[in-house]
Amino acid sequence: MSKLNMVQAINLALQEKMKDDDGVVVLGEDVGVDEGVFRVTAGLLEKYGEERVIDTPLAESGIIGTSIGMALTGMKPVCEMQFSGFSYLIMHQLEGHASRMRQRSLGAWSVPLVVRMPYGGGIRALEHHSESRETFYAHIPGIKTVIPSSPRNARALLVSAIEDPDPVIFMEPKRSYRAFREDVPDKIERMELGKAQIVQEGNDITVISWGAMMRPVIKAIEESQKEFNASIELIDILTVSPLDEKAIIDSVMKTGRVVIVQEAPKNVSISSEIVARINDKALLYLEAPVKRVTNYDVVTPYFSRELDFIPSQGRIKRAIKETLDF
Amino acid sequence: MASALIAYEKKSNKNKLKFDTVKFYFNKGQNMPKKITNRFSVSYLQILDENGKVDKKLEPKIPDKDLISMYRWMVMAREFDERMLKLQRQGRIGTFGPSIGQEAAHCIPAYLMNEKDWMVGAFREAGARLIRGETMEQALHFYNGYEEGNAKPEGSNILPVSIIVGAQALHAVGIGYSLKYRKVKDAAVVTFFGDGATSEGDFHEAMNFAGVWQVPVVLICQNNQWAISLPRHKQTRSATIAQKGIAYDVPGIQVDGNDPLAMYVASKEALERAKSGGGPTLIEAVTFRMMMHTTADDPTKYRTDEEVEGWRPKDPLIRMKTYLINKNIWSDTKEEEMRAEVKKEIDEAVKNFEANPSFDSALVFDHTYGNKHYTFEEERTEFLAERAKEAENVKA
Repeated sequence: MSKLNMVQAINLALQEKMKDDDGVVVLGEDVGVDEGVFRVTAGLLEKYGEERVIDTPLAESGIIGTSIGMALTGMKPVCEMQFSGFSYLIMHQLEGHASRMRQRSLGAWSVPLVVRMPYGGGIRALEHHSESRETFYAHIPGIKTVIPSSPRNARALLVSAIEDPDPVIFMEPKRSYRAFREDVPDKIERMELGKAQIVQEGNDITVISWGAMMRPVIKAIEESQKEFNASIELIDILTVSPLDEKAIIDSVMKTGRVVIVQEAPKNVSISSEIVARINDKALLYLEAPVKRVTNYDVVTPYFSRELDFIPSQGRIKRAIKETLDF
Repeated sequence: MASALIAYEKKSNKNKLKFDTVKFYFNKGQNMPKKITNRFSVSYLQILDENGKVDKKLEPKIPDKDLISMYRWMVMAREFDERMLKLQRQGRIGTFGPSIGQEAAHCIPAYLMNEKDWMVGAFREAGARLIRGETMEQALHFYNGYEEGNAKPEGSNILPVSIIVGAQALHAVGIGYSLKYRKVKDAAVVTFFGDGATSEGDFHEAMNFAGVWQVPVVLICQNNQWAISLPRHKQTRSATIAQKGIAYDVPGIQVDGNDPLAMYVASKEALERAKSGGGPTLIEAVTFRMMMHTTADDPTKYRTDEEVEGWRPKDPLIRMKTYLINKNIWSDTKEEEMRAEVKKEIDEAVKNFEANPSFDSALVFDHTYGNKHYTFEEERTEFLAERAKEAENVKA
C-alpha cells in the first residue's frame, strides 16, 4: 500500500501494463523525454525505450489514426491527448473508424486502444484547457468513456481500460491530479468498466457525480449530513458510457430523491441522460424533481471567471437541501 | 531564411524528354536567395505507352504466366465492375463506386503483395480486393448493405473499405509501425487513396509520421483527375502529387497509372524498399475515372464527354492486351475463352449471393462491443420484441 496522488497512480497503471505486455506502447506529444506536461508518463522512456514510449509529431488525428493501425495488429496503444481541448481533431478517427471497426467487420477486427486526456477546469490555464466535454465521446456507440475521480480508482480503471477489447476514452480530472493522495494497493487492481461505485449508502437522497466534481460533492455531503441530519447515498458514475443504469435506478427506488452534479454544461449532457433513465424506470418512485447542478450553457470563460460557473460545494449543498425539503 | 528550388522533369507522351523548372522563392524581389540550399526532382515513369509500344530499356522481365495472370485480374475487375453497374441499375445492389479505367493502378500493386502484407484501401480498388483474397460474394454483400462483406478473408490482411477520405492512410502507418516494432520479415503495408485525399490533413499526417518513423508503407495515390466534381487542378496547385513526398522526405514517383508495366516496376521497387528497411514510398498513379464517382453521381454536370473520350485510348486493358499479343503469348481466341470464364465466375458469385437468406439484424448488438454491457442486452431484447411486432403487422 502506498499513498499516491492521481498522477502517480496513473503512472503506476502504465508501468504495470507496460511491464506485463510488450504490445502496450505509449504515444503522444511530449510523453517521452518531457515525461508528459503533467509528468504522467514519468520514467517510462528510461525503462521502456523510444520504440514503446513514442514522442509523436504534433498531430492529434495522426496519433489516433496510427494507434488504430497498431491496435488492428494486436498492439495496445495508450495514446495521450495533451489536453482534451485539443482532442477534437481526433473525432473522425474515433467516430469514423475506431468505434466501428468491430461492428463493420462483425467482429473480424477490433481496436483495443486507450485515449488518455486531462480534462476540466480549475488549474488557471489558458483557453481550451478547461472544458468538460465527455458528452462528445459518450455519444459514440462502440467506444467507452471512463472518468476516474481518485488515485485508487484511476489506477484500477486504467488497468482495466488497457485490458479492454474496445477503444476507451479515459478522461483524467486534471484538477484532481495532485490535489490529494490516497492509499493505492501495491498489488495490481482492476475495476470493471461500465460499473458505477456506491461510495456510501444512505436512505434519504441519492447524489450522483463523477470526475473532478466528486471532491466538492463529498465535502458538501459531509456538511449536509451534519447540518440537515440526512442519510445520503453517493454514486460515483466512473464510466459515463455505457452507463450503469441499474446502480442509479436501484438507488432512486430506495431514496426517491436525486441530485446530479456535473462539471459540464447542462444541455444534452450525461446528467440529461441520467434524468431520462430515471424517467424510464423509476419515475413513480420520485418524491421530488431530479435536481441538476451543472455548468451553464455558455462558452467556458477564461480562468479568472471559470470557477464562478463550475458547481461549487455551496451550490451542491443548497441543491441537496432544496431536494430534501421538497 | 530557407530557400528551395524544385525542379521536376516530365516525359511527354511522345517519349521526348522535356524539362520544366518551377522555382519557388520564399523571399522575393531584393531578398532573392543568393544560394540554393536544396534541389529536388520528381521522376515520371512510363514503360508501355498508350499504343502498346514498349520502352525496351525500361521493360521489366516478368514471367509470361504472371503477365497473363495480371491481365486476367484486370479483366476480372473490369467485368465485375460492369456487372455491378448493371446490378445497381436493376436495384439488385446499392450505391457503388466503379474503378473502370483504373485497373492497372490498383490491381498490379495488389498482385505483387504477399500474404503477410497488409492492404489498407479506400473504396475504388475492387480488383485489388479480389486479388488480396476477398470474394465477389463479399463485395456483393458490402454493396448490398451487409457488414458480412467486410469479414476478414482467410489468410489475408485486408481492412474493410474506408469511405472517409484519407483517414485510412494513418492506419497503414500504424500497421507499418507495428510490423517494424515486431520485426516481421517480408511484410509491408499498401494503402490506396485518391487525388482528393491529398488535400486532407490525414494524408499529410500519414506522410509525416511515415517519414519520421521510416515504416514499411507504400502509399498509392490513384490520381484519377476527379474528386466527385472537383478537377485535379482545383484540388492542389502542386504540379504533381508525387512531389508532396519531398516535404516529408518520402521518396515519391509519378507513374503512368494506366501502364501496367510501369505500375509493376514502381510498386515492386517500393515494396522492396519497404521490406528492406528503406521506409515509405509515395506513388502517384496518373489515371482517369472513366465512370461516375458513384452510381449516385451524374458526371455530365461537371465534365465533358470529350475529356472522357480522350482517355479511352489510354485504357490499361487495351495496352496490356496489345503487349501480350506482341509478345506472342496472347490471342483473340484466348481472350474470348478467358472472358467467358471470368463472366461465368461472376455469374456464380451473383447467384450464390442472391440465394442467401436474409441476415439476422440483431447480431449488430453482438459486435458493437467486445464485451457485453447489460444495458445492450436489454436493448437487444427490446429490438427483437419490436421486430416481432413489425412482422405481425406485416402479416396482418
